[in-house]
Amino acid sequence: MKNQNNNTPRPKIDKDILKRLLKYITSNYKLKFTIVFICIILSTVSTVAGSLYLEVLIDDYITPLIGVQNPVLTSFMQAIGVMAIIYAVGIITSLIYSRIMVDISEGILKTIRDDMFVKMQRLPIKYFDTHTHGDIMSRYTADTDTLSQMISQSIPQMFSSIITIVAVFVAMIVTNLYLTLVVFCSLLIMLRVTKSIASRSSKYFIRQQEAIGKVNGYIEEMINGQKVVKVFCHEEKAKEEFDKINEELCDQMYKANKFANILMPTLGALGNLQYIILAIVGGILAVNGIGNITVGLIISFLQLSKTFIRPISQISQQLNSVAMAMAGAKRIFELMDEEPEKDNGYVTLVNAEYVDGVLTETDKRTGLWAWKHPHHDGTLDYIELKGHIELYDVDFGYEEDNLVLHDISLYAKPGQKIAFVGATGAGKTTITNLLNRFYDIEDGKIRYDGINIKKIKKDDLRLSLGMVLQDTNLFTGTIKENIKYGKDDATDEEVINAAKLANAHDFIMRLPDGYDTVLTGNGASLSQGQRQLLSIARAALNDPPVMILDEATSSIDTRTEKIVQDGMDKLMDGRTVFVIAHRLSTVRNSKAIIVLDHGRIIERGTHEDLLAQKGTYYQLYTGAFELE
Amino acid sequence: MIKSLIKSIKEYKKQTILTPIFVSVETIIEVLIPFFMAYLIDNGINKGDEKTILVIGILLCIAAIISLVFGILSGRAAAKASAGFAKNLRKDMYYNVQNFSFTNIDKFSTASIVTRHTTDIAFVQMAFQMIIRVAVRAPLMLVFSLIMAFLVNIKLALIFLVAIPILGIGLYFIATKAHPIFEKTFTTYDKLNNIVQENVQGIRVVKSYVTEDKEINKFYKISGDIYAGFAKAEKLVALNNPLMQFAMSVVIVLISLVGGKLIIGTSLTTGELTSLISYAMQILTSLMMLSMILVMIMMSRASAERIVEILEEKSTIHNNENPVKEVKDGSITFKNVSFSYVDNKDKLCLKNVNIDIKSGETIGIIGGTGSSKSTFVQLIPRLYDATEGEVLVGNVNVKDYDLKTLRNEVAMVLQKNVLFSGTIKENLRWGNENATDEEIIKACKQAQADEFVSGFPDGYDTYIEQGGTNVSGGQKQRLCIARALLKKPKILILDDSTSAVDTKTDSLIRKAFKDEIPNTTQIIIAQRISSVEDCDRIIVLDGGEINGIGTHEELLKTNKIYEEVYSSQVKGGNDNEESKQ
Repeated sequence: MKNQNNNTPRPKIDKDILKRLLKYITSNYKLKFTIVFICIILSTVSTVAGSLYLEVLIDDYITPLIGVQNPVLTSFMQAIGVMAIIYAVGIITSLIYSRIMVDISEGILKTIRDDMFVKMQRLPIKYFDTHTHGDIMSRYTADTDTLSQMISQSIPQMFSSIITIVAVFVAMIVTNLYLTLVVFCSLLIMLRVTKSIASRSSKYFIRQQEAIGKVNGYIEEMINGQKVVKVFCHEEKAKEEFDKINEELCDQMYKANKFANILMPTLGALGNLQYIILAIVGGILAVNGIGNITVGLIISFLQLSKTFIRPISQISQQLNSVAMAMAGAKRIFELMDEEPEKDNGYVTLVNAEYVDGVLTETDKRTGLWAWKHPHHDGTLDYIELKGHIELYDVDFGYEEDNLVLHDISLYAKPGQKIAFVGATGAGKTTITNLLNRFYDIEDGKIRYDGINIKKIKKDDLRLSLGMVLQDTNLFTGTIKENIKYGKDDATDEEVINAAKLANAHDFIMRLPDGYDTVLTGNGASLSQGQRQLLSIARAALNDPPVMILDEATSSIDTRTEKIVQDGMDKLMDGRTVFVIAHRLSTVRNSKAIIVLDHGRIIERGTHEDLLAQKGTYYQLYTGAFELE
Repeated sequence: MIKSLIKSIKEYKKQTILTPIFVSVETIIEVLIPFFMAYLIDNGINKGDEKTILVIGILLCIAAIISLVFGILSGRAAAKASAGFAKNLRKDMYYNVQNFSFTNIDKFSTASIVTRHTTDIAFVQMAFQMIIRVAVRAPLMLVFSLIMAFLVNIKLALIFLVAIPILGIGLYFIATKAHPIFEKTFTTYDKLNNIVQENVQGIRVVKSYVTEDKEINKFYKISGDIYAGFAKAEKLVALNNPLMQFAMSVVIVLISLVGGKLIIGTSLTTGELTSLISYAMQILTSLMMLSMILVMIMMSRASAERIVEILEEKSTIHNNENPVKEVKDGSITFKNVSFSYVDNKDKLCLKNVNIDIKSGETIGIIGGTGSSKSTFVQLIPRLYDATEGEVLVGNVNVKDYDLKTLRNEVAMVLQKNVLFSGTIKENLRWGNENATDEEIIKACKQAQADEFVSGFPDGYDTYIEQGGTNVSGGQKQRLCIARALLKKPKILILDDSTSAVDTKTDSLIRKAFKDEIPNTTQIIIAQRISSVEDCDRIIVLDGGEINGIGTHEELLKTNKIYEEVYSSQVKGGNDNEESKQ
């Protein structure tokens, strides 16, 4: 039910993917699947046996008694009993396998989703930067849905269809060879017809899917810009263009559905024809006494031939959904096969305390942290976490051969504030991406408290660096949960203190449920400024020695901006801070201002130094006043 | 609801009506086939009459071919009708959206309008095709098969009357029981999508707070809920097949039992027995189809409702009769104007605004978030209608103008502006379809866009990606301004349209306006004082009311809000960036 309208057939079935999918079944559900397997066989065989038994019933138990006065019905009743038992076996086994199959298919889907999510969490930032969000999302939704259809329906149905075909065919041969030949001929015709119709319909389904994509894209773009359309009185033009692609979609849809709709009646009619021909041939053979054909035999043969048609049309229908599932599975496995983030770090962050002036590790939460640095010779060093950062000749590019940072050297002593200034694309954000190792540098060295950050375990490195990003990301949950996002064991008091520090306390208290207000949709009910305050509070609670602040740029009004700025200032106090500045007002009191241009440092110094230099910074700074 | 949907069938009425008719013929023949088959067996095979076998056999062949022909005809007609119906629905919806006023657009989110055009239509289309094909077929098959069964043998046919209700009730029970569980699980499914989306978007937060495991555990819980929900619902649905098999088996066993006795007593023939079994199959299959339709309709009902909501949405802004088709000049007057987005006098966004703006004047507007700056200007091109009072342009009430005339003369660069996929030239021609290349370049020069556009390898033929993602924020804003300039309007409104443009370029744009389009009334909304300080007059808005009007110098002296904003900006410098993402 989850997948109603995806009819894109991609007629190829990749064996490797199929194998991998089947492995999910065989590795986790060996016993259950074996039961299903046996049940399907039993149920199929009983269905076939049921129709065969009708012949026996008529020929052996009914016909001999016709016209007999006061017939003895015991054996007839027994035969009916046997028939009932055969059917009962079929019903019970199919009940068992269809229920177990639900467990298996839903279980596999859960495993696949879980595996995918776990894997996704381990992927490097680069993956997220190079794939659109919609693309990643659709692997969890549309792609997984195609699998659900295939595992829960197609596999058992195709399996049972194949068994039916084989069983029925064997039964037919046993029953009568001549009549089987008739069926065999019509089978060949059916396969041909099915193939030609199905291939045509799949051709148009692919086109239909493309046309749908086009219409969706157009509608999305136009509706997004609907206000602009109105302002420019562009409605008529928008309608004209829409009509064109809508008409095309209709055309492809008609063609695709036409062939799909024709398939069933065609197979049905062919089935009927086969039935009739069998009756005629059988009848003539019976009348002329060729091949020991009895009435009962013809009847049960007719019954068999009907049982024979259904699985054929079922398989032809299921092939489509299997092909679709293959396409979905391919995308899912693509994500799972991505290279995860590598971490060769061995320096870890531990709680520490000074015992007799010597830094030692402890289990207590002392508020004092130390880097635990094991050396090759087996000795251990403890280095106090202070927040001293140095970059030496750092080169970096997101793609090979295309450096976006050149020869960056700079340092920040514990407690110093360093500001990056420069145009979009100058490389400000990139530098911060390197500090927490979202990306790894190409050349050069970054040291943290004297340790090369490549030696530090990524998790520990990131915990020691606080981040307040330009775009605030909040998670579904209460405000409190969001503030203590990085520190689950924080007390309410700590949460409130952090919120007060970030100037967020006041507005939180004005919300109907205060700290327990539930946020959804990335905090859509809050204003941009309020969301930023929450992200500052979140960072404050974690209390890291080093902070990276990417100032918000959206146009929040001056008053809110002041509040946000004030919160940031309090957060920065006493920490090593890297600020990506968008408003020069915030950088004046920095220890050093670094002006970047095209990935190079072009100026550095204090506010006063740089003004005195009358270089780029001076121009930027005075730009605002040029009209005075 | 159904009425408004049916309207969209339009030119496909023929196919819509023909489909069930074709289907009926097909069905009737299909039902007749087992009947003749019985005759063939009894009078032909059993009696060894070759002639009967051949005659009836050929008759049956013809019947099968006719049923095939009608099957194909109905399949085609159904495909045509449903594809056409979907097309018209989509078109009607889209056309109606084009007529929406801003109030209407605000009411629906963009995402929801798009889903209604796509997913919801797909559902309704599928249900529609199902209904015209199967909704007639299934009951018809049921009734005819029953009649035929009764014609063959009344006593045996009574067995059906027992079996049908039992199966029917069972199928109905499963469908109705499973449906709410599915619905519930679908909301959990939304939660799953939500957590994935949150994590994809916020992956930097997740990684810097090292909360991967926390997120994974959250995910496990939700995916576990989904597993439990779907497993429960699917298990119910999984009863369908065995139930069907059960009903079928009971019927066949009973028919064999009773029928066998009747045959022995020579009041029934073997041929009749087999045709009864065929009818049994047909009857039960049609019941199965009916239960499928039931589920389909249940599932598409919500979609249909969402589509109808759009179809029945009436635009809140219309042309008056005999609209004025010419705007005399660029003067603007607000007379006691109040406005509420929700049409509620207790929730006014603008309160009793009065102002006279002369043609050719430049007006700056300053105010905090929520001071209704955008609301104020949106009343001028009649994007919204004033709740109270009058807005006049060129001394005529905006409601009396032809909308197109008014909006062509009042160009507005929206705060949330959009470029469309296509070349830069194509985008600019939105302002004026017939603009020459010279005019385009001129407008771009005024908007300070010519320089960077010429810098692109393809110049004005550079292709803009959907959403304008391949130009920077500041470039986008300048292109949007150029697009508005091409209209050669009498009034030009910039709603915070240079926020991402650096201050120097910003001032160059204003200088160009001053020099080259001095007769155009200009209204500039800005966060930066520097963007408005040289305007003829500046309006300070606060909480939907005019707090002060005057020149920069006057306001500095007299207006507290203005002075506050000014000092906060000047003290620390100002935006320094060309473009902020």
